[in-house]
Amino acid sequence: MTRSLTMDRPDDRNRLDAMAQGVIGQPLDRPDGPAKVTGTARYAAEYQIAGCVEGVLVTATISKGDVTAIDEASVLSMPGVIAVISDERMTARAAQGGAGEAPVQQVRQVQYYGQPIAVVVAETFEQARDAAKHLKVTYRADDAAITDPHSAAAPTETYDEPIEQGDLAQAMAQAAHAVDVTYTTEGHNSAAMEPHASIAQWDGQMLTLHASLQMLAYNQKELADSLDLQPEQVRLVSPYVGGGFGSKLGISPEGVAAAVAAMQLNRPVRVVMLRQQVFQCVMRRSETVQRLRLAADAEGRLTGFGHEARVSNLPEEEFAEPVTQASEFLYPGENRRLAIELARVNLMTAGSVRAPGEAVGMQVLESAMDELANAMGLDPVELRLRNIPDRHPSEGIPYSSRKLAECLKAGADRFGWNGADRRPAQRREGEWWIGTGMANACRVHNINEAQASVTLMADGTAIVASDMTDIGTGTYAILGQIAGEMLGLDPTDVLVQLGDTDLPPGSGSGGSWGAASTGSAVFEACEAIREHLAERLGTTEAELTLKDGFATAGNRRVALPELLAGAEVERTGHFKPGEITEAFAAAMYGAFFAEVAVNAYTGEVRVRRFTGAFSMGRVLNAKTATSQCMGGMVWGIGSALTEGLTFDPRDGHIVNPDLAEYHIPVNLDVPHLDVVLVDERDPAGSPLQAKGVGELGICGAAGAINNAIHHACGVRVRSFPMTPDKLLAELPDP
Amino acid sequence: MRPFQYMRPEGLDHAGQLLRDGARPIAGGTNLLDLMKLEVEAPDRLVDINRLPLGGIAPTDDGGVRIGALVTNSACAADLQIRRDYPVLARAILAGATFQLRNMATTGGNLCQRTRCYYFTNIDQPCNKRQPGSGCGAIGGHNRIHAILGASDACIATYPGDMAVALAALHADVEIERPDGTSRTVPVRTFHRLPGDTPDLDNVLEAGEVITAVILPPPAGGTQLYRKVRDRSSYAFALVSVAAVVRMDGDTIGSAALAFGGLAHKPWHDPRVEQLLAGQRPSDALFHQAADLLLEDAEGQGENDFKIPLTRRTLLASLREATGGAA
Repeated sequence: MTRSLTMDRPDDRNRLDAMAQGVIGQPLDRPDGPAKVTGTARYAAEYQIAGCVEGVLVTATISKGDVTAIDEASVLSMPGVIAVISDERMTARAAQGGAGEAPVQQVRQVQYYGQPIAVVVAETFEQARDAAKHLKVTYRADDAAITDPHSAAAPTETYDEPIEQGDLAQAMAQAAHAVDVTYTTEGHNSAAMEPHASIAQWDGQMLTLHASLQMLAYNQKELADSLDLQPEQVRLVSPYVGGGFGSKLGISPEGVAAAVAAMQLNRPVRVVMLRQQVFQCVMRRSETVQRLRLAADAEGRLTGFGHEARVSNLPEEEFAEPVTQASEFLYPGENRRLAIELARVNLMTAGSVRAPGEAVGMQVLESAMDELANAMGLDPVELRLRNIPDRHPSEGIPYSSRKLAECLKAGADRFGWNGADRRPAQRREGEWWIGTGMANACRVHNINEAQASVTLMADGTAIVASDMTDIGTGTYAILGQIAGEMLGLDPTDVLVQLGDTDLPPGSGSGGSWGAASTGSAVFEACEAIREHLAERLGTTEAELTLKDGFATAGNRRVALPELLAGAEVERTGHFKPGEITEAFAAAMYGAFFAEVAVNAYTGEVRVRRFTGAFSMGRVLNAKTATSQCMGGMVWGIGSALTEGLTFDPRDGHIVNPDLAEYHIPVNLDVPHLDVVLVDERDPAGSPLQAKGVGELGICGAAGAINNAIHHACGVRVRSFPMTPDKLLAELPDP
Repeated sequence: MRPFQYMRPEGLDHAGQLLRDGARPIAGGTNLLDLMKLEVEAPDRLVDINRLPLGGIAPTDDGGVRIGALVTNSACAADLQIRRDYPVLARAILAGATFQLRNMATTGGNLCQRTRCYYFTNIDQPCNKRQPGSGCGAIGGHNRIHAILGASDACIATYPGDMAVALAALHADVEIERPDGTSRTVPVRTFHRLPGDTPDLDNVLEAGEVITAVILPPPAGGTQLYRKVRDRSSYAFALVSVAAVVRMDGDTIGSAALAFGGLAHKPWHDPRVEQLLAGQRPSDALFHQAADLLLEDAEGQGENDFKIPLTRRTLLASLREATGGAA
């Protein structure tokens, strides 16, 4: 039996707080933790399947043109080589998140350097890799490729409808205080620890793919469409995912290549992307050029707000990094212009990388806000507090729960923020300039359709099942806690099964929607089970208390196995976003406070303290939520200081395609991260009163570091990442 | 990775015989194995020297120290005598790589570490070092990490290591066994080459030769420091590094031995700079004069132009620190 909820209005019943078990929100360990740290959790490539052979992708060494010939004979005589496959079913790109259909498949029409064009299959991985490097490919190169992401020659189009209100130019001209600044950010790679990997098995009817993916219900359709199969002929298994960050939202080339090879060879085929291929052909966050125009009255209230960006993508790709997403509603200003220009370039697909839009949009916006505060001589916290609008500045709709002011105060308090004197270059410790900076955090709240089943077993334990994924976020933990709370069970008595398309289709993990969406499906199923139990007990759901495996109503208290009398109860919850998504501006908020040291000689930056105060609706598990916030802040440090994809402008190949040269932060770059969770319930967020948390911690984090650098040494860097060379030019003589 | 033959020699002389053309010795393998996976290196034979008696840190007759070629970076940096008498070496080693890599990397292998040039490590790009005559991808490409001194039209790559920079400041020698069983020593300062027209040759090792030890002269004393400027706090190669061994003689500089990483195809040193500083009273004016001389012929490629001011500033910081501060 399925219980459906289309969320059209807020759920003010606040049911979870009315439950008795007391596990929701608790900082419980994740149940999958021991398996992961002992190496017994099996990831996609780790299944031992008899007869499995190894495939390695061959990638293009031109940036645009056609593959005119592939000389299979050049490698077929090499030891162990079984086949060279360059099939029209293979995919040249990864699917965008939520596509539900095959991505671009013409592998022989090259659109970017590093595009997959073939797969070589051999008995061993080393043989396949060697053969892949030696495969002779003939191209007809098209010289018209645009391979410099910042090229002025790239054709551009306006993406979506710009938001135009009032007269921004006039507001700027008449403003008591104004800033008009342009920042740049470079491309990013998700750099998940687990590379993209798949093992395909074909039995003539059914394709089974062990894969590392975030949205199985969609991936099933994408893979089936690529292979010309029915979705029912495809089973995806992905119980553990070693990091996704958007890069595994859509089916990626290695999975389709493995499937094509398995179907052709009638043998299981494993394809694992080389680390360099993860950089070259999965998904990048677009570089951005962002112009911010902020006009304020004498008190610092925004009267004009402009955020215009240029981003890029391949021809035919619809995705444009939505950098103005939070700018639409975070700040007031009746005179507005928000617009995104999309440049068409021949570089790997741009798509969702953790917190698409806000990750780089907020860091630039918040740097510009700091410039405005400095221009006014105003405490930047106070500037933010004066700019919390009453209604959505363009759409006029109300905000759902929004604890931005509380986060600013809680964060400032915890950090020991001193906003009184913001003059730069005042504090020096030895050869280090010391400074502090802050920024708002903001990320839109998304919800997505999801189903999950909950089975209350005759012995009084429960099983939660969905094809939902746990990409390291804590899904196993929180779904067990939701069911445990609703059904009065210790979460250790709730088994959570995820990551298999044989299970009901969940929301998938992405856009921070997983917890609120699949969690709500679990909640709905549990409500249905509660109604059934109330009926068995001869009471109403509202009168029923479930705690520690007992059902209580009035003065009756019955153990669940007794109440069930040998039966088991299965209900499926089906959650759908409804009118609620249009009725409120729903988002997660927070505030970052950073202290940095800038070396007066070298321009090296060290983050010394980093505090984030966040509100995300109900916290489902304080430990995993805190970890998510920390992870975001680490991303923020990388985005601020070290991370940037570097393309050779001559052919568009990535020159830093590995973890030695693409600098994600290491332990020494990350100080103690202090996370404050601000208590909140958002009835418009979900029936759980919860919103998303995964991406919030990155959205603005790098801005706080930029602002702290300016406060430390007086240098305003308008180009991320802020590597030492960029500070050096303006640093005072040591 | 291409198929290769793996051999374990009985002794040093046997190793020399096995190390014919197309063979490579392997010790920690931290660099070589990565390059083999990328097929930047494709030896048809690996000669595993790990079981040869090339370990140990021992005093020499003249009061110096002999560090066996197979002493790991971790062991060397943790050695009490090294830490006491040659602190610049311990500091330089600890500034490099990661714990895990330092546990495997050896003294001899580290000297032979190959460049991190992006075009060297990508077999689909031209590189005169990897494939003589194919051209240099870095010139006109991305060259933020590349050389500003001693480069040639054929190659602008840098030597990436830290340890050798300290060894150059310490005037260490490299002890090398020839295939005929005789040995020779080469100063670290001349062990690595400038690229010239033959950038495929990183150093002066000849076919069949094996590094057996690094010999440190008697302790130099003075103030020793290693400054490494990099893009992140750990596990990043030097943009610029300075190893300094400075002895004060009253209020003048007695001697200053300086070596630099990140600037050239080899750990860079400039005797003229060392001579300029010796016998002088420390001052910022003197330090800038030293930087002027050091960087006289420095030439950027665009993206790496910043290394010129960065080197000046890092040298200034190093000399101020080593001489007890100067105004």
